[in-house]
Amino acid sequence: MNKETLNARRLLCPLPVIRTQDKVKQLKAGDQLEVICTDPGVMQDIPAWCRINGHKVLETKSSDHDYIIILEVGA
Amino acid sequence: MSKQRKAVALISGGLDSMLAAKTVMEQGVHVEGINFFTGFCVEGHTHAIRDKDKAKPKRNNSLWVAEQLGMKLHIVDVIEEYKNVLINPRHGYGAHMNPCLDCKIFMVNKARQWIAENDFDFIITGEVIGQRPMSQRKATMPIVAKESGADDLLLRPLCAKNLPPTLPEREGWVDRERLHDITGRSRKPQMVMAEQFGFDDYAQPAGGCCFLTDKNYSAKLVDLWQAQGNKEYELDDVMLLKVGRHIRPQPNFKLIVAREEGEGRFLQGYKNEFISMNCISHSGPLVLIDGSPSAEDLYLAARITARFGQGRDAEQVDINVMQTDGSERTLQVKPLNKQEIPEEWYI
Ligand code: SF4
Repeated sequence: MNKETLNARRLLCPLPVIRTQDKVKQLKAGDQLEVICTDPGVMQDIPAWCRINGHKVLETKSSDHDYIIILEVGA
Repeated sequence: MSKQRKAVALISGGLDSMLAAKTVMEQGVHVEGINFFTGFCVEGHTHAIRDKDKAKPKRNNSLWVAEQLGMKLHIVDVIEEYKNVLINPRHGYGAHMNPCLDCKIFMVNKARQWIAENDFDFIITGEVIGQRPMSQRKATMPIVAKESGADDLLLRPLCAKNLPPTLPEREGWVDRERLHDITGRSRKPQMVMAEQFGFDDYAQPAGGCCFLTDKNYSAKLVDLWQAQGNKEYELDDVMLLKVGRHIRPQPNFKLIVAREEGEGRFLQGYKNEFISMNCISHSGPLVLIDGSPSAEDLYLAARITARFGQGRDAEQVDINVMQTDGSERTLQVKPLNKQEIPEEWYI
């Protein structure tokens, strides 16, 4: 199982979703991806994207100005 | 058993493309959505910027549509490629800077490439004959199909019965009889269909799917191109046109004045790239200066900046001017009064 991080700071939705989507394409089922963003819109959009595409959101959190989503790549 | 056919639906986040996709899904076709991000899409960025939009749900309408329909959605970044569509539209612009016909051709062509790469059979759009004066007329339907290269792989389920049968219909992948014959600008038939499918709370953006159909936005884009002497742009440029009040006192510079806190926070992110100003003796908005202003121009900009702060009626206010390298100085200025800022300065 791989753990990767994606820096999507300063990008506004839907760009963080697009970058997440493109990164997930390079990963395997079971891998984890931590996406770090500054647009609060991702807290809605990335989980929605995960639900649609069969990935699992493991954790969402915010710290200072960052919004962080950890997801597990689905099959 | 016959092979299950696969279609990709262009999803804008609006009702028509949602209904078009649903109509075909109902016939047992596997449908996935595709959404193109041009940089001018109405949703997304804007809700992140303005405080006044905070009350509205921060959803991405395309993702919402896909979730309602239970289909996958592929969002494609076409920012770079789209520049050529917007800068040189072969079929011209619509009422504002919207190159709708070229845009449609471009997107259907991208979808055609996508189905070839992903082994899908055909393309669905939510177009309706007569719905839009420029891009959705009977005469433009074959133009989109032909110039995109999609030809009869392009199915418009909402108005298919008014058009010649496409390959998916002729081959029996979809039943033409169960497609629709909607025409014209009335939204009634779509609303009836939405009700039948149990869709409510769908997005109905007044100006359509992108900022290019917006009069004020288009004026700012034209102004940007005029000021720089060419039609080039970067994503940051078109983003900034969505934010703040834009005031151009001279051809060589303009001010971008934050209208509220959310915009101020957004503009803060650009302080390394633009000269910025804010009032320090009174409260007031953050202002970015775009262009190459002379010392005298900066003095005028400071007086305009003062006009938008709490010190607008004061005899003199202190304006902090920050250069892109972080160096700062203070200008003491008398705020311009309302009459001294002519209407034509506002873009
Ligand atoms: S409104 Fe914008 S996105 Fe929609 S077809 Fe016209 S130019 Fe393209």
